Amino acid sequence: MSATIVSLDLDPEAPLSQQGPAPARVVAGFGFWLFLLSDIILFAALFATYAVLSSATAGGPTGTELFDKRHVFMETLCLLASSVTCGFGSLAVARTDARAMYLAMIATFVLGAVFLWMEVTEFAGMVSMGAGPSHSAFLSAFFALVGTHGLHVTLGLAWLVVMLLQVATLGFQPMVARRFFCFGLFWHALDIVWIGVFSIVYLGAH
Amino acid sequence: MQADSPAQGHSPGVATGSDPHHGRSYLIGLGFALVLTAASFWASSTPLVYARALPVLIAVLAVAQMGVHVAFFLHVSSAPDQANNFLALAFGVFITALVVFGSLFIMANLNHNMVSMDQLMQMQR
Repeated sequence: MSATIVSLDLDPEAPLSQQGPAPARVVAGFGFWLFLLSDIILFAALFATYAVLSSATAGGPTGTELFDKRHVFMETLCLLASSVTCGFGSLAVARTDARAMYLAMIATFVLGAVFLWMEVTEFAGMVSMGAGPSHSAFLSAFFALVGTHGLHVTLGLAWLVVMLLQVATLGFQPMVARRFFCFGLFWHALDIVWIGVFSIVYLGAH
Repeated sequence: MQADSPAQGHSPGVATGSDPHHGRSYLIGLGFALVLTAASFWASSTPLVYARALPVLIAVLAVAQMGVHVAFFLHVSSAPDQANNFLALAFGVFITALVVFGSLFIMANLNHNMVSMDQLMQMQR
């Protein structure tokens, strides 16, 4: 339990006013946590839109006709598994164990990419059936919500590649480790949003 | 990882405890998440669950799974060194609930007060 990344020669028992600013890792983590919560509020607005419009199918196909639960279950498993491998990757970063980090983070990338590919396949199938976002208010809301989540996953994958390149070139500097922890938070938050998506959109389809 | 003092706070996403046991929290979380996911998919496709209670059951399972993810993957808890993270989370949940339930309530109310399309067509004739 000794200070490894940040060394402050301060007594943790000292009064709050004498402890100085919190270490950069805590500040960066908290700031990113606030960003994630604001991102979740963005999703809340999209969820509310979807919930209001979910029965406005304009005579077009309904959710039960369009969604394949088995496909969604596989997507869910991919994202859950990638969340766990990302957790092990973060632990490897904390241990500065490069081999375990590459193994876990490449697994995270592959599982995330499989999830994204399955989602794109589903979207392409729906559009080719004529159930594109312009067909009804229900479908507009569906593509806005699930598409925004997919966009976040795409950005997360790009971020992960950047982080792997940073570790390869800069090594496990405190700065790089902090960014990696933020990436882990982002990836776990996306999985939490996905729980809402599959529960409300796919399992709640009517 | 060093132990952060309560005043300095604790970064979300960083597991507490001694080093070799960190991985266990992810595995426990995975176990709970798998059971809850399987339960909600099963409940939605079985005729055994009373149909009108199904949305409530799925909502309960989803909230439980979100809790599992927050506790075991994000490692956010109500521990004293996490007061900032926990308060921010509570505020986020509050705003989310306000946006979602507020929108649903207002739209349902507007819908209720609106003249139905058929009646509107009759009136215009």
